[in-house]
Amino acid sequence: MSRTSTRKKKAAQFVGFLLLRTCLYLVLAVLFLLLFDVGKKGGGAISWEFLTQTPRRGMTEGGIFPAIFGTFLVTLVTAVLAIPLGMFAAIYLNEYARQTRTTRVIRLAIRNLSGVPSIVYGLFGVILFVNILKFGTSILSAGLTLGLLTLPWTITASEEALKTVPNSYREGSLALGATKWQSIRTNVLPYALPGMLTGTVLGLARAAGETAPIMFTGAAFYLPFLPKSLKDQFMALPYHLYVMATQHHDIAKVRPLAYGTALVLIAFVLGMNMTAVILRSKLRRKRK
Amino acid sequence: MTKRRLRNLRESAVRAFFFTNGIVVILILIGIFILLLYSAVPAFREIHLKEFFTSASWDPTSPVKAEYGILSMIVSTLLVTLAALVIAVPIGLGVAAYLSDVAHWRVREIVKPVVEILAGIPSVVIGFLGIVLFGPAIGKIFGLGNGLNAANGGFLLAIMALPTIISISEDSLNTVPAAYSEASLALGGSRWQTLVRVKIPAALSGIIASVMLGLGRAIGETMTVLMATGNARAFPHGFLNSVRTMTSNIAIELGEVPYYTTHYYALFAIGLVLFIITFAVNLAADVVLKKYQEREQ
Repeated sequence: MSRTSTRKKKAAQFVGFLLLRTCLYLVLAVLFLLLFDVGKKGGGAISWEFLTQTPRRGMTEGGIFPAIFGTFLVTLVTAVLAIPLGMFAAIYLNEYARQTRTTRVIRLAIRNLSGVPSIVYGLFGVILFVNILKFGTSILSAGLTLGLLTLPWTITASEEALKTVPNSYREGSLALGATKWQSIRTNVLPYALPGMLTGTVLGLARAAGETAPIMFTGAAFYLPFLPKSLKDQFMALPYHLYVMATQHHDIAKVRPLAYGTALVLIAFVLGMNMTAVILRSKLRRKRK
Repeated sequence: MTKRRLRNLRESAVRAFFFTNGIVVILILIGIFILLLYSAVPAFREIHLKEFFTSASWDPTSPVKAEYGILSMIVSTLLVTLAALVIAVPIGLGVAAYLSDVAHWRVREIVKPVVEILAGIPSVVIGFLGIVLFGPAIGKIFGLGNGLNAANGGFLLAIMALPTIISISEDSLNTVPAAYSEASLALGGSRWQTLVRVKIPAALSGIIASVMLGLGRAIGETMTVLMATGNARAFPHGFLNSVRTMTSNIAIELGEVPYYTTHYYALFAIGLVLFIITFAVNLAADVVLKKYQEREQ
């Protein structure tokens, strides 16, 4: 091979790799800019008062405690629906169901439902929970709507975790005379549980940050008091941010509060993500 | 003997419990589609299917004659999605290729969780930044009054689609058998040539699947486009026009619409269209990905 062609090749590689690296820097720059902007301007709004008080004077002053509390509560309802139902369904699909064409189709459908737009789940929540079941616009309706949204993610993540347990674990236990449930309980679940929990908490974190599904099923523009029962409306961090950013009558004035809300929301969601990851590594270490 | 029967009984009870759970989930998931269909169909007692899909004027509250055409919303959704893909596909693929073929493993270990942070940021926050940060910048660059237009929405959706595109493309680049690149390198190809002419073609189906999943996400995203694209009802003529997508329109009007009117049903019909489009896109991505995994095994 001639020297010039080698040189050309090297130059092409240099330029090519440089281009790829630029792509990475671009993405990191946008992420940095995003976090920096919210961190800087939101950090200024955060105070003890902001985190513990209710909004005052048409939401131009005061804090966002009702929104924090509401998001926490609605996530709890979501968890109550999505965690057991998702995990048990995954156990059925992976451990009990015969692997036929039907289960393959079901699995495919579940996976694809996780890509259905969240506003469509919101529409569904309006029909089923608000209208047909007459829960009204409430924490219950919003939580159940988010629960349905989370279900496909929970099932898929749990099944992935169950699949990583080698078949020999199940067979070894069965060969010693254990029943199916005994094998699952003692030889499968302990190994799969960290992965199942992580996937579930990640799903819950995503649900906690969702706005579209709760807009019409229970989230309120403004409430002067905390919800007393599951049938009450509630304030939520994501919806509050939407209101402060676009619906408020004096948007320029409440901008710092909107930034503060955005920062708290990001902290809430990323905090849950981090908890999931730490939980997984802790549980894994315990097993070893 | 009784002990054994007890054990069998318990086994069947446990099995029945998990079976019931599985069935409940499946019924719920089928129920979503059926209820949506059930609430969308009454809309077509008054609206012609043809008008619904081919008319560009949507004016359900007109005192003269209510109009229900979703064409401009469909075009708006496509415009925003197209803008998102034009930005996200080359950059996402570039990052994936960099991570799989160029970067030191330590860089990869740091960058991957960082990209996941991006995926974890709620869409309403991205939309908010579209209003306060990226929109004004776009407005300034193009000399517009405000930057709330399709380009802004596309840019923000690109940010949201990037994590999906990066992680799935990188996975598929990593699963290209080592023998492929070894053969190419042994024949004197450079690492760049190997990447472009051997690895990317070999991983193409995974890359296509990642793009389609990103596409599905962009089509269905609500809050970001609702907040950052201006929501003008007019038929859009370019990326610098304000647009109102299918998702935004549902979000804007569902709060005010009287229940059980044609307008109400029409919003569910838009939801059904969205459901079908995204389901089809995801299904296609899934099939492509499955084919590719089977071939690899």
